[in-house]
Amino acid sequence: MAVDDGSLKGRGHEPTGRPGDDAGGEGSVPRRSAVPRPRRPLPAVVAERVLEAAIRLSGLSAIFFVLAIFFFIFREAAPVLFSRDFRLSEFLFSTQWYPTSASNVRYGTLALTLGTLSVTGVAIVLAVPFGLGAAVFVSEFCGPKLRETLKIVIELLAAIPSVVWGFIGLTVMSRITIALTGAPVGVNLLNGGIILALMSVPIIVSIGEDALKAVPDSYREAALAMGANRWQTVRRVLVPAARNGLLAAVLLGVGRAVGETMAVLMATGHAVHVPHSLLDSVRTLTANIAAELGEAPAGSDHYRVLFLTGTLLFFITFAVNLCADMAIRGVRRR
Amino acid sequence: MSAPPGSALFSRTPHVARTERSEAIARGVFFVMSVAMIVPLVAIVAYLIYRAAPSLSWEFLVDVPRKGMREGGIWPAFVGTLYLVGSSLAVSAPIGVLAAIYLHEYARDNWFNRIINLAVINLAGVPSIVHALFGLGAFVYAARFGYSIMAASLTLAIMTLPVIIASTREALASVPMPFRVACWNVGASRWQTIQGVVLPNSISGILTGVILQVSRAAGETAPIMFTGAVFFKAVQRGDLFPYGLSEQCMALSMHLYTLSTQVPNVRESIPYATAVVLLGSVLMVNATAIALRVWLRNRKKW
Repeated sequence: MAVDDGSLKGRGHEPTGRPGDDAGGEGSVPRRSAVPRPRRPLPAVVAERVLEAAIRLSGLSAIFFVLAIFFFIFREAAPVLFSRDFRLSEFLFSTQWYPTSASNVRYGTLALTLGTLSVTGVAIVLAVPFGLGAAVFVSEFCGPKLRETLKIVIELLAAIPSVVWGFIGLTVMSRITIALTGAPVGVNLLNGGIILALMSVPIIVSIGEDALKAVPDSYREAALAMGANRWQTVRRVLVPAARNGLLAAVLLGVGRAVGETMAVLMATGHAVHVPHSLLDSVRTLTANIAAELGEAPAGSDHYRVLFLTGTLLFFITFAVNLCADMAIRGVRRR
Repeated sequence: MSAPPGSALFSRTPHVARTERSEAIARGVFFVMSVAMIVPLVAIVAYLIYRAAPSLSWEFLVDVPRKGMREGGIWPAFVGTLYLVGSSLAVSAPIGVLAAIYLHEYARDNWFNRIINLAVINLAGVPSIVHALFGLGAFVYAARFGYSIMAASLTLAIMTLPVIIASTREALASVPMPFRVACWNVGASRWQTIQGVVLPNSISGILTGVILQVSRAAGETAPIMFTGAVFFKAVQRGDLFPYGLSEQCMALSMHLYTLSTQVPNVRESIPYATAVVLLGSVLMVNATAIALRVWLRNRKKW
């Protein structure tokens, strides 16, 4: 790409130079005409070339940044991954996480992975019915005024910073949890799950609503013509037609819940063990990095293992996002 | 929907009654589900404000923390957040807008650009703590910026890039294709078309995206925690320029986290007031974006 841009820049000087419409494909005007066209001043042409190069470069930047993220995280993690006394199976499948122990250092992340899975699970169980229900309501059942209001509320809900959610979990929700369930500590799996559910609902609603909106109106008209009422249309026509988009909405909600850091750090308690009930405190992969990175000396094994956890998280969210993208793409193709 | 009374042909059969009932139930359930989203928002905001009330004042905003954070205000954190947001905006706004222009105006639908799209989606999905690790590894250590505003804001910039790209693309997509075709047909080049027709018609939408980036960057904690935000930094009361780009700074989100988890015996209302200031600024910025968009849509002539 970059080489191509260089040659384009040069072409502005040529005597046969065309006013620059050769940058893109479709829509360009026919190039040969009987009357020679007047040329634009050279500085303008050069400036345009430079700008288009900048535009192309910025377009590439997303790929560059994703690769850079992977490269720099993996670079910090690699020494421990390839060192002799580190076993990947222990890292993935042991529940023993004793990073600062003097005699028995263990880096097993299974308890943390299970913590992430359980909190995400609770959040998704709560968020999916509410999110999809609200998406259906916003898209199909309410009038335009109410729809605008609800969409604004959803947007504001999505804008609440995660640290504020964490603070709410720590103060308000923990008290409510203790009062309602009689749990000894208020910051636990249930609390974190509810907070995460509230955080992922806006995503599920907005993507789900987009998916329902993408179903052609002719489907609705056909259902109406067959005598179906709205609920029947939703259940028999719209939900099956928007299936992939709704799946993508759920997946992106999962992605948000898995990657969330500050809220779960503050709201789930801080115990590294495999949760047995909803009222156990857990620690997630993300919260673990946030809690321990500050104390791990740079370059130590502990520090590198935390980066390895980051690599693991990177791959998990990459897989989730890839699936969501493929689901959405499936919708578009039809 | 129901049949007019008196017509025997279209009378209300039990079947019709059943489907109508099911629709009413469905509508009710979905309505309740939607309301269940609004109630927490309102309740939480109201409760936070109620608890924060004893500390909320202009004085709280412009005063510096005293007695090891247990008294005083949040000025250094507030200014620090402004610094971080401002410098991350300076990086991510140009790159994000240009990237969106490339993706929407230049890119054709081939495998290469699909990979770019996937990268943007993935960039948006990478957990914030992974961005923090990246910032630490790349900017703090590899680029030798040290723990500084520069490292923190670059991390924030990369993290918020997808926000700007997504909303700019939406703004560009709302300019109808015939506008461009008309412009091409009078002999304008691709960039001239973008400059003369596409950008003027989408600039407010792009601005909305930039505003959303501000709100997102202001609220993030994890990416700045290990790259440049610190627990405490001595700052004069009301000082507008307390930090240099290569220094560490305080930030509102970080301040709220440390206040509520690591400082014992803080006056009750102070963390609540900090949360209200953070939440209030973020929601206000978002409300601006929403108002801009609504105003824009009403003004649109096509």
